[in-house]
This record gives sequence, C-alpha cells and structure tokens, in this order.
Amino acid sequence: MSVLIFVELDNGAVKKTSLEAVAYGAEVAKLTGTTATVLALGKADVSSLAQTGAFGATKVLHAADEKLTHENSLAYADILAQAVQQENSKVVIISKSGLGDAVAARASAKLKAGIVSGVTELPVVNGSFTVKRSIYTGKAFSNVEVKSDIKILVVKKNAIEVVESSGTAAVENFGPTLRDSDFQASVGAVEKASSELSLTEADIIVSGGRGMKGPENWQPLLDFAKALGAATGCSKPVSDLDWRPHHEHIGQTGIKVAPNLYIACGISGAIQHLAGVNGSKYIVVINKDPEAPFFKAADYGIVGDVFDVLPKLTKAVEDLK
Amino acid sequence: MGFIHRLLTLIMKILVCITNVPDTTAKITFTDNDTKLNKAGVQYIIGPYDDYALARAVELKEQLGGSVTVLHVGEADADPQIRKALAIGADDAIRINADPVDSYFTAAQIAHVAAENKYDLILMGRESIDFNSGVVHGLVGEMLGIPSYSPVMKLDIDGTTATLAREIDGGKETLSASLPLVLGCQEPISEWKIPNMRGIMTARTKPLNVVEPVSGEVLTSPEKYSLPAPKGACKMIPAAEAETLIKLLRTEAKVI
Ligand SMILES: Cc1cc2nc3c(=O)[nH]c(=O)nc-3n(C[C@H](O)[C@H](O)[C@H](O)COP(=O)(O)OP(=O)(O)OC[C@H]3O[C@@H](n4cnc5c(N)ncnc54)[C@H](O)[C@@H]3O)c2cc1C
Ligand SMILES: Nc1ncnc2c1ncn2[C@@H]1O[C@H](COP(=O)(O)O)[C@@H](O)[C@H]1O
Repeated sequence: MSVLIFVELDNGAVKKTSLEAVAYGAEVAKLTGTTATVLALGKADVSSLAQTGAFGATKVLHAADEKLTHENSLAYADILAQAVQQENSKVVIISKSGLGDAVAARASAKLKAGIVSGVTELPVVNGSFTVKRSIYTGKAFSNVEVKSDIKILVVKKNAIEVVESSGTAAVENFGPTLRDSDFQASVGAVEKASSELSLTEADIIVSGGRGMKGPENWQPLLDFAKALGAATGCSKPVSDLDWRPHHEHIGQTGIKVAPNLYIACGISGAIQHLAGVNGSKYIVVINKDPEAPFFKAADYGIVGDVFDVLPKLTKAVEDLK
Repeated sequence: MGFIHRLLTLIMKILVCITNVPDTTAKITFTDNDTKLNKAGVQYIIGPYDDYALARAVELKEQLGGSVTVLHVGEADADPQIRKALAIGADDAIRINADPVDSYFTAAQIAHVAAENKYDLILMGRESIDFNSGVVHGLVGEMLGIPSYSPVMKLDIDGTTATLAREIDGGKETLSASLPLVLGCQEPISEWKIPNMRGIMTARTKPLNVVEPVSGEVLTSPEKYSLPAPKGACKMIPAAEAETLIKLLRTEAKVI
C-alpha cells in the first residue's frame, strides 16, 4: 500500500528535485497512514539511495540493470507500473520534468490511474482525494479531485518545505521484466553541458535579456552568476538571436523554473517570460527603464544600467566571502 | 527497398492534435463561484507548441507527400482555430465533441480515432498552455502501444525511420526510431506559419468532421479555481547603492 516515489538520478545520485518529491511522498504517506517507497533505476550510488531515508523514505527499490542508466521513459514507465503492482501502491509521486511527465503519462495509461501534473501543495484526503495544481502557465490554480483507485501526482518544485532528518532507507534489489520494445530506438549523439548547473535544479538563476545588447557582453552576468553559484538563463529573443544556447531560454515556450532567487538583467518582463518564472520565491529585477513591467512582479528592483550595476553586485557578493 | 520506400512515403499520414487555449497575454479570471473560466474578452488561439507541430507536419507533407489531419477534442467554439489550422495547410479536420477536462479521457478519445485511421506520425505540442500537463502524448502512445517522445526540437523522416533531437535536462540527444510514433513538439522544430489568402479561401471547403466521443472514463475533475495571491510592493534600491541588494538578499530574504 506504500506511496511510491519515482526518482531521477544524475551520475548515480538522486537529484535534488527528486529528493523534494521523496519528502512530498513521505507526507502523503503520513496522510494516508502508510509508508514511502522510492523507485530508482539504473546505475546508482547506493549511499545516495539510502539517504532518501533522511527525506522520509523507508525503502528503496533499486533496479540496477545497466540498460536503465540511460534515460528511457518507455522502460521507466513499464517498471514503475510493475513496482506499483508489487507494492500495491495507491499513490505515485514524480517530480515535474520532461522525463517525469513522460513516465507518469505512460504509467497512467498502463494502470488506468488518474494523473495530475503541476501539483503545488499536499493533497487533502478526507473520503475524497483533492490536490491543487498550477494551470494557465502559473496564472491560476485548480483544485482537482482524483477519482481513480491509483493516483499519479507530478509535483512542482517548492510544493512543500523540505525538512531533512537523519534516517536511512533500506535499499532492496528490484528485478523487473524488461521489454525489448522499450529499447528499440537508437540513441545517437548526446550533448550535455555537464559542467553547467541545470536550470531546473538551481537555487539561484541569473538571467539576461535583450538589454544585455549582445553575446560579447555576457561576461559581467557570468561573473555575477559564478560568484553566487547560480545557473544562467535568458529571454526568448536572446536565444532566438543565438546570443545564448536554446536550452537557457526561459518562459512560456521555454523552460519553466522555480528557484529561490531569480535575477533578471535587462529583461522587460513580457507576460510570456513571466510565465516561466512566476514559481520563483524571490525575484530581483535590474532594468534601466523604471516603467519595465517586470518590476510589478519583483520583490527587489534596481533602476539602472546592467553594465554599471552587475560588477558592483559581483564585488558585493565576493566581499561576503 | 526503393519501391517500398517510395510507396510508404507516398502514403505518409500525419495527425496533428491541437488545443484551443486563451492567448498567452490573456488575463485569467473565473466566474460562477470560481468554477468556470471567465471567457469574456479572452481571445483563443491554437496552442503555441501545437502550432510548431502543425508547421512541421505541413513541411513534411510538402517534402514527402501524404496528408495532414488536425484533431481537436473540444467544443464548437474551437472551430475558428481548427479552420485556421486548415488554412495553414492541413487537409482535413476532426473535432471530437467533448469537454477535455481530464488528460486520460482526452487521450482515450485521440487514441480511438488514431487506432481507426492508422497514422504514421502523431504530432502534438510539448504541452498545452491551459493545463501545462505535458502528458497527453505519453498517454496516447501507451494506449496505442507505440513509442512517444517529448520535447522534440528537430524531426526528419526517411522512409519509415524518424530521426529526432530531443531536449534532455541541460542539453539534447539525437534519437532514431521507427514509425509510427507520437511526438510532443517545441521550437526550433519549425517556425510558426501564418495562413495566406489562398489558404484561407481553400480552408472554407476542407472537411471538418464533428464526431461524438466514445464512452470513456473521467479519472480527474476540477472542483474549483483560484488566482495567485497578489505580489507585495517591489522594494527599490538606488543603483548607486547596488551592494545593499546583496545585504538584503542575505539578511532579509535569506536566499544567498
Ligand atoms: C507565443 C509567444 C511565446 C513567447 N514565449 C516567450 C518565452 O518563453 N520567453 C520569453 O522570454 N519571451 C517569450 N516571448 C517573447 C516576449 O513576448 C518578449 O518579446 C520577450 O520576453 C522580450 O525579451 P526581452 O525582455 O529580453 O527584450 P525586450 O522586450 O527588448 O526588453 C529589453 C529590456 O532591457 C532593458 N534594457 C535595455 N538596455 C539596458 C541596460 N543597459 N541596462 C538595463 N536594462 C536595459 C529595456 O529597458 C527593456 O526593458 C513569447 C512571445 C510570444 C508571442
Ligand atoms: N483537447 C485536446 N485536443 C487535441 N489535442 C490535445 C488536447 N489536449 C491536449 N492535446 C495535445 O496534447 C499536447 C499536450 O497536452 P497536455 O498534456 O494537456 O499538456 C498538446 O500540446 C496537444 O497537442
């Protein structure tokens, strides 16, 4: 009956967003009077798996088959469904990402499980089972009742306050049946900027817009991001103009981020850009135009020239150390 | 291979699933005690990601031959957007006349039509911009027993093989897989197309078939809607004292 949490791994370690999902799943387990079990696939660092215990998991099912190390939503969904059946789980928790949605979707069809993606709070369980989710790209919320016997929740970052304890989870080997049909695609080149901090995992993001004037001017922004240990993002026109790589593009048609701190440099704050950042805890805006719409969505603002302000901020951060 | 190859590409059938959603700049409010979207003054558009899928489908048809069908699960107020998709270059359209509130239900409707008509390629958007779920492609793929991939940024077809580039966390990967496939699309797979005059004229006479839904289960249902709490005032820091910001972020917001 345990709540099952599907976690994503990065170089064998459980991703931070997935640890949040574990903490969320453990709370759901408390609400429904059961325990939390983690499902991890592929090559993994067993101590990292055991560490999910500190976030409330009691058990980890680990399918260590080497074939599962490369991300494969078809196979992952298959195995998730097998784990749900073995554990007789009624609730599955997955953290929101491209992979998370894909695994959740295919598992939903296999298990005839109601799926809610973009969950922002713990469910309310009292006879019925209702969760709050984000809709209209962060512009609104919807309280959704899930009526099926098995329920799949795809949870957004910051859906709960995570408290870490000192427990460890028991890691068990899990030997699911792998289907050949899930491995038929042939994977070619993988381009991954491994040294960069991933935008969806980052606590701080420094982002630049057309106000940066050109790719040759990015250094002050990169310096500031480096001083803060932040990931870097950009607005759509910036990636359209090839000033920055496409995978940095944030907004309605790009990546949606929810860091603790989002710092926008020379970005006007068009509604399509805001749609990608409105899950952030704090927003700082640096713009030379006091009328820029972004200030309305910001917690802190500086009216000024980015090329004047950014070096001062970098120095102030370095002075803290 | 040559002959079969040509035959297969000649009959390439593409299905594009589109949503009918409030424009990206629409102000969202609710009525009827927060149980319904207030549609007054809201302009509707084809979902922006679905628009990329449609644009790529039309290009593939021009390149390889075959046909493009657009499919929407929804009510009659979507018809102008469906006509627009026909004007952009789809050959015919199907509207399944049902309220698409639950992803599982919507996917089951799409899968039913897809199973009857045997498409080689089913293109969707990476996500709808009303629900932002990003799950209908995976659901349809699983219901049809074929692979699904998303978000796809590049797509080429050679015979019965698709080569695609897919976004992964912090990068991208290239993949090749056999048709049929379900794909969730995003830029830069193509560029949005604007209908031309000829397209608009011919769209009027292209078939738009309205069909009733097959019975299917609704596993989730929205109970109530709400808006985010309004943001407090923005604290302004003079540019000359920029370093004050860093102090506030550390001591007040406690985020650095
Ligand atoms: C369907 C659709 C989807 C879209 N999706 C996205 C999306 O996902 N993400 C996205 O970002 N956009 C998206 N857009 C585009 C969006 O509408 C805006 O055009 C875009 O966000 C503007 O980018 P920007 O703020 O960098 O540029 P601009 O609007 O040109 O703003 C530049 C800002 O920099 C300021 N500035 C200039 N010089 C300086 C300086 N020296 N110092 C400080 N400030 C300076 C200016 O005052 C201005 O506010 C979408 C549009 C559509 C129609
Ligand atoms: N009601 C619908 N009718 C047709 N296609 C849909 C519908 N809902 C979702 N889709 C397709 O599925 C994709 C993903 O939607 P979603 O899972 O809601 O984010 C969309 O971009 C569309 O291509």
